[in-house]
Amino acid sequence: MKFAILTDIHANREAFEAVLADAAARKVDRIVLLGDLVGYGADPEWCAEKAADLVAQGALCVRGNHDNAAAGAPEMMSTYAKRAMDWTKTRMTEAHRRFLAGLPLTVDVDDILFVHASANEPEAWTYVTSDTKATPSFRVTKSRLIFCGHVHVPLLASCDVGGVVRQQTFRPGFPIPLLRSRRWLAVVGSVGQPRDGVPQAAWALLDTTLNDLTFRRVPYDAATAARKVRAAGLPEELAIRLLKGQ
Amino acid sequence: MPVRPHPGLEIDGFTLGERLHVGGFATIWEATHAKYRTPLVMKVPTIMDGYDGPTIVGFEIEQMIMPRLTGPHVPRVMGVGGFEVMPYIVTERIDGDSFLKVFQQAPLPLSDVIEIAARMVDAVADLHRQHVIHLDLKPENFLQRKSGEMVIVDYGLSRHDELPDLLAEEFTIPMGTYPYIAPEQYLRCRDDARSDLFALGAMLYALATGKNPWGTPETLRGVRKRLWRDPVPPRAIRPEIPEWLQEIILRALVVDPMRRYQSAGQMAFDLTHPQQVKLTARAHKLKQDSLMTVFDRWRVMRKIRRFKAPDSVASQLASVPIICVAVDLTPEGEKLASVLRSAVKRMLLIEPDARIACVNVIKTARIGIDQGTDDQGNNLHVVRLVQLKHWAEEIELPDDRLTFAVLEGSDPGQAILDYATANHADHIIMGARGHSTTRRYLGSVSAQVVAEAHCSVTVIRLPERREELDETVDSLSGAAAE
Repeated sequence: MKFAILTDIHANREAFEAVLADAAARKVDRIVLLGDLVGYGADPEWCAEKAADLVAQGALCVRGNHDNAAAGAPEMMSTYAKRAMDWTKTRMTEAHRRFLAGLPLTVDVDDILFVHASANEPEAWTYVTSDTKATPSFRVTKSRLIFCGHVHVPLLASCDVGGVVRQQTFRPGFPIPLLRSRRWLAVVGSVGQPRDGVPQAAWALLDTTLNDLTFRRVPYDAATAARKVRAAGLPEELAIRLLKGQ
Repeated sequence: MPVRPHPGLEIDGFTLGERLHVGGFATIWEATHAKYRTPLVMKVPTIMDGYDGPTIVGFEIEQMIMPRLTGPHVPRVMGVGGFEVMPYIVTERIDGDSFLKVFQQAPLPLSDVIEIAARMVDAVADLHRQHVIHLDLKPENFLQRKSGEMVIVDYGLSRHDELPDLLAEEFTIPMGTYPYIAPEQYLRCRDDARSDLFALGAMLYALATGKNPWGTPETLRGVRKRLWRDPVPPRAIRPEIPEWLQEIILRALVVDPMRRYQSAGQMAFDLTHPQQVKLTARAHKLKQDSLMTVFDRWRVMRKIRRFKAPDSVASQLASVPIICVAVDLTPEGEKLASVLRSAVKRMLLIEPDARIACVNVIKTARIGIDQGTDDQGNNLHVVRLVQLKHWAEEIELPDDRLTFAVLEGSDPGQAILDYATANHADHIIMGARGHSTTRRYLGSVSAQVVAEAHCSVTVIRLPERREELDETVDSLSGAAAE
C-alpha cells in the first residue's frame, strides 16, 4: 500500500496540484493530508474544496492550527499569519468552516499515527524540530510510524529498542528503509510554503509493502502562486517566501 | 529477545545446524531452508542482556545495507529476522577460510601479493559502485569463492550514501579496526570512500612486508600517530619489493584523502599496469622521514579536526572517471583519429581529474597462427604502442593519468569491451567510420561496443558533407545501426 503524505498546503493551489500529479504518477493508493489546508496562500476555497473531494474519495485528513482558526477558533498567530488569516476568514463559507471544524486531530491506520504537530498534545501545536522535540511523540503512542507536519522543514527521527530518539539524516528522493527494530517519526515538509531554502513543494511517499519512506520534492509554478498572493493584497513577505522557499 | 539460537531451531522456514563461529558480536550458524539448495549461514548478534547499543546498531546497519547489494563480491541475502523474536541475517555460505590465514603467512611471494591485492581492490571497487563504504576492511572480512572472486563480509560499520547513517550520532569514539583505520575515520568521518583505500593500503603493506604499517596499536593514542608519522618504507623491510609496488602502497596510505588514490578503480588500474605506474619520491624512499619533518607535520596535524569529505561515494567516483579511448591507427582512420583526439581534449575540460586509457586492437585471425612481427621483423606490438603514444602526445596529461595498451583479438569490439570492464572504465570514447557497404553487412565495432558496454559510450564521427548525406539517405537504417 502506498500512501502520499501531504501537509501544510496553505492555500497554495499550484503546489497542491503539482504534488497531487506527482503522487498520481507514482500510483499511490491513498492520500493523507496532515492539516493546514488554508492560511497564507491565495486559494483557500479551492484547496479546502479539493481536500473535501479527496476525503469523500477515501483520503484521510487531520486538522491543523490554521484550519482551526479559519473555522473560527481562537489561535495565537504571528503578524503575517494573522493578517493572512483575517483575509482567509472572509473567503470561507459555512460549508468550508463545517468541513475544517469537523476534521479529527489524529488518525490511526494500523500501526501508523497521523497528526498535524507533536503527537503528545495535538492541540498545543508544538513544533517537532529536533530529536528532543520528537521524544514526547514517541512516548504517548505505541504506533511504529508517526507522521506530522507544522514545521515546514522535513525531519526524520528514530526511536531504537532502548528508547533512545535520534535525528537521522536523509537524502530527498531516496527510499529510506524503516527498520522494524525501531520506531520512526517523520516531519513531512510543506506542500505550499516550504521553509528549508528549497522553493519546491514537499511531500512524502510511504510504501508499507516495501516498508520504506521517500521524502520527495516537486518543482511547481511558485511565480504564479506568489503573484496571486500579491493580487489578493496579502503581505509581500508571504509572496517572497514562496519564491525563496524560506 | 525471547529466542536464542541452538542447533535444530526452526525460524521462518530456516533450520539451524551446527554453530560455525563465535565472534565478538555475533555467532554464525549453518542453516537450511526448503526453498534454497545452496548452503546457507545464519548470523545472529550476541545481544547482551539489557541494552547493547553498538551491537544492535551494527546489526541494523547490516540489515539495511546487505539486501541492497548484488554481485559476486557480496554474500547473497536470503532472509532477515527482526528483534521481536530473534534478530538474524541469512546469507549464502561462502566456502573457504577468511584471508586472516593468508595474512598470517605474510610476507607472501610478490606475485601472490600483487594478485591478491588486485582482487581485493576489485571487490572494493564493486562495493563503492553500489554506494557503500565498508569502513572496516580487514583480512577477516575477505573470503574467497571457489570461483576465485573475493567476497567482502561484515557490514556493521558500513555507510550507504543514499541511506541514513544510524551510527552517525550514536558513538563518540571512532569505530574501525586500529591497524587499518584511516586518519579521517579516526577523526570520525564516515563519508569518505577513500578510507577504504587506506585500509587496502595497510593490508597490502602487511601482505608484502609481514608487518602492519603502524604495528598493532591498542589505544586511540596509538592510532592517532598515523596522522604525522610515516610508516617504514616497504622496500626498507623487503628490498625485492619493486618501486612501483611501494609507490602504490604508500600512495594508498597518504594521510590527506585528497592526495591518496581517488578511487578503487584507479588503484586497481595501477596494480594491473605496473610498468605504467608513475614513480615519485615515494617509490624510491628507503627511510622514514626525518624527525624534523615529522615534528613539522605533528604541529599541523595535531590541530586538525577533519579532512574535506566528498558529498557522496557516487559524486567522488564521478569526479575521477577512467575514460577508455579506442584509437584506430590504420591509414583510413587517420582523420578520424585526430577528431577523436580533440573530443578527448574537450572532455578533459569538463572532467579535469579523469584518467585516460588509450587502447588499440591488433586484429588477429580467427583460425591460424598470427605473426607477431611485420615483414621487416618489427614487433607489431611495439610499433602500435609507439603510434598510440604519438597519437596521444597532444593530450598533455601527466604520465600517471595517461596510459596505453595494445590489445589483441579476433573480435576488436569484444577486446575493447573486455578491457573496459576489467579496468573499471566509466566511459568509452571511440570513432566510427563512414557508411560503407561492407560495414552495413558486417556490422561495425562501435555499434557492438555501444550495444554491449556496461558504461557510457561516446561515438565520434567525421562530419559528412551534405551530398554524401543525400547519398546515404536510402540506407538510413544501416546508418542508425552504426
